[in-house]
Amino acid sequence: MHATPLRTPGEPDPPPSLHHPITPSQSFVRTYIFATDHKTIGIQFLFTSLFMLLFGGLLAMLIRWQLGWPGRPLAFMETIAPNGFPGGIMVPEYYNMLFTMHGSIMIFFAVIPLLVGVFGNYLIPLKIGAPDMAFPRLNMISYWLLPPAIAIVCSGFFLQGGAAASGWTAYAPLSTTLGPGQVCWIVGIIVLGASSIMGAINYVTTVINLRAPGMHFFRLPLSIWALFITAIITLMATPVLASALILLLLDTTVHTSFFLPAGLVIDGVLQPNSGGQVLLWQHLFWFYSHPAVYIMILPAMGITSEILPVFSRKPLFGYHSMVYAIMAIAGLGFMVWAHHMFASGMNPTLGTSFMVSTMVIAVPSAIKTFNWLGTLWRGSIRFTTPMCHALAFVAMFVIGGLTGIFAAATPVDLYIHDTYFIVGHLHYVLFGGSLFGIFAGITFWFPKMFGRLMSERLGKLHFVLTFILFNVVMFPMFILGIAGMPRRIYDYTQYAHLAHVGGINRMMSVAAFCLGATQLLFMSNFFWSLFRGKKAGDNPWQANTLEWSTSSPPPHGNFPHTPTVYHGPYEYSVPNRKDDWLPQHVKV
Amino acid sequence: MRVWLPEAITTTAPAIDRLFYVVLWITGVVFVLVQATLLGFLVRYRQRAGRRASYIHGNTLVEIVWTIIPALILIVLTFHSQQVWSQIRGTPPPADLQLEITAEQFAWNIRYPGPDGVLNTPDDITTINQLHLPLQQTVLIHLKSKDVIHSFFVPQFRMKLDAVPGLTGRLWVSTTKAGNFEIACAELCGLGHYRMRGFVTVESPEAFQQWLRTSASQ
Repeated sequence: MHATPLRTPGEPDPPPSLHHPITPSQSFVRTYIFATDHKTIGIQFLFTSLFMLLFGGLLAMLIRWQLGWPGRPLAFMETIAPNGFPGGIMVPEYYNMLFTMHGSIMIFFAVIPLLVGVFGNYLIPLKIGAPDMAFPRLNMISYWLLPPAIAIVCSGFFLQGGAAASGWTAYAPLSTTLGPGQVCWIVGIIVLGASSIMGAINYVTTVINLRAPGMHFFRLPLSIWALFITAIITLMATPVLASALILLLLDTTVHTSFFLPAGLVIDGVLQPNSGGQVLLWQHLFWFYSHPAVYIMILPAMGITSEILPVFSRKPLFGYHSMVYAIMAIAGLGFMVWAHHMFASGMNPTLGTSFMVSTMVIAVPSAIKTFNWLGTLWRGSIRFTTPMCHALAFVAMFVIGGLTGIFAAATPVDLYIHDTYFIVGHLHYVLFGGSLFGIFAGITFWFPKMFGRLMSERLGKLHFVLTFILFNVVMFPMFILGIAGMPRRIYDYTQYAHLAHVGGINRMMSVAAFCLGATQLLFMSNFFWSLFRGKKAGDNPWQANTLEWSTSSPPPHGNFPHTPTVYHGPYEYSVPNRKDDWLPQHVKV
Repeated sequence: MRVWLPEAITTTAPAIDRLFYVVLWITGVVFVLVQATLLGFLVRYRQRAGRRASYIHGNTLVEIVWTIIPALILIVLTFHSQQVWSQIRGTPPPADLQLEITAEQFAWNIRYPGPDGVLNTPDDITTINQLHLPLQQTVLIHLKSKDVIHSFFVPQFRMKLDAVPGLTGRLWVSTTKAGNFEIACAELCGLGHYRMRGFVTVESPEAFQQWLRTSASQ
């Protein structure tokens, strides 16, 4: 089942003059705005989601302000959000809105689009030797649903009652009792779901059908395996979220009773609902959202598996077991959702079965970690910026994974559930894992995307500061959780058992502000390198995979000749060769 | 005062704490081993002139070993967890006292049986946010909610259970130490979520009966 290149075999290859990102035949609008070229779409996703990452990060700064100095006025915020900050003091509703929007934006508009939208679009055709995606127009629509989704969700900030404020999990019945901002949130996430599904259909089809000759499944780079399986997860899970959201929308707007039981009294008024099940929302939501955790980590694992061999100059350790581990994680990922619900009041026997499946899923995660270590073993390690981020991914993912075992042990979870322990755990997975993976990926493929190298000095400085400050902000969360500090609490100071945590929280807040400021280094490096960076050449990292065999940036259609693949992706330091790399398309 | 686990004051809390420390030790050891190996490799195998990386694709035996060892550890942990889980969430022991907590935005309504000793009769005694428990007696709590989901969390009990509208949750506690503690709502329930605080008083059964009588006469 090999590729069917878009050019028929007999047709001559286009002249080398096409080595230019712009095809002259297309208008500005079709080239840069409503583009169908997967590379342009990938870069559109990159700029949009980096902007949302910045916005979500700014919301986190406000959250940390309130946690560090509960109730201390913030004068300038009164001008920006007079309703949320009367007299400069944040009100509880605004705090609820902040963490809801921080979580929603980071998950739906930053991490998922960065990993899946950017790397999926940019890398899949280039790494399998295809001229573009299977469905370029579907791809264009999948990007152009993202800005409206963002606009709809964020429009809540300008509505009466503010944006959504029931957590990114939108648990019913609370989410059905809030104002128009919550409805916008539901509609926006449905639109985003449509975008994800279109992207996923495209990725799956492209990987199956458009691989270059010789690109067997087991010659695919790990990043493509990860993105391929992520797309399958997206295809299976996102429709469930979309359906659940539609039911929630109906419950909220036309007062159906999917999630609302009889006898609810809200604001002193007996509600007319009957027959709904509150826990049904949680089951449906987590049936999507736990696999979504893997949507947010598998591509980062793929990127790491891609970068470690390049800068260790060594084949990936255990390629096959790495692939099977991804499959195992994806499959088991659909059987663990209710571990978010151990304290929800669901039947305790069900808790047992979900504990078992959750413990099982730790095994493939452990296998992956050991294989990364095995890749470094007896390598020749070069500490470039992307390598540093990839190594940080490994180190931080270990903490994210191990702290998950506390939450998997049902009795311990009864205590730490909904405390800062969980906040720490999820940030070690999503920042320590996904975001370091994203930084690794951007710094690694930036030369391919824009033809210029990023500054190593600025990049390393950004890495070191981010790595240290991230740990100073996030690690104490475990301690706070163990001390019993609940999450999503506007003012924790009233609780006697939390009388002593103010100092730690202030320290974390100061570190968080520094962590936020550190990202300016990344931004300046990004934009400076975009225009002033050193020319990269085709293959600045001396890497094997197909994207490095074409020019930087690659031309429209990617490859002047459809490449033929002769090897696996990680043939580094092959004995009896002068070079320590052996590109996939080079015949020996 | 150190920032760590609050004191444990129920019969089941020590078992949860023990399990917590077991997990902490296991993950702690794995954490140190993995990070030390990582650091060691980074130093030992950094790029040096004249040394080439080894051309190694993997090793099946090693893969099997590092699959089986974590699996075994996790199996042991699962059995240990399940023991504690069935103790705390399985069939409750015979109760000395039953009471009902109905959560609402943003208060805990607590209903005690009146002089007849039976819950849900007209002589029931109700309080708001004041949970009194007789020391060393097994108390079965029926947990409900009027409006949205709340979560009953007393850190010193090491126990948390959501109050779900439409369902009646069941949890039991048997306290081992008298004193004053707090209930925190642990599930986001709206703008007053942060101030949905209740107060727990664990006192001798005599003092409890005394308090109940005074509350009834009010």
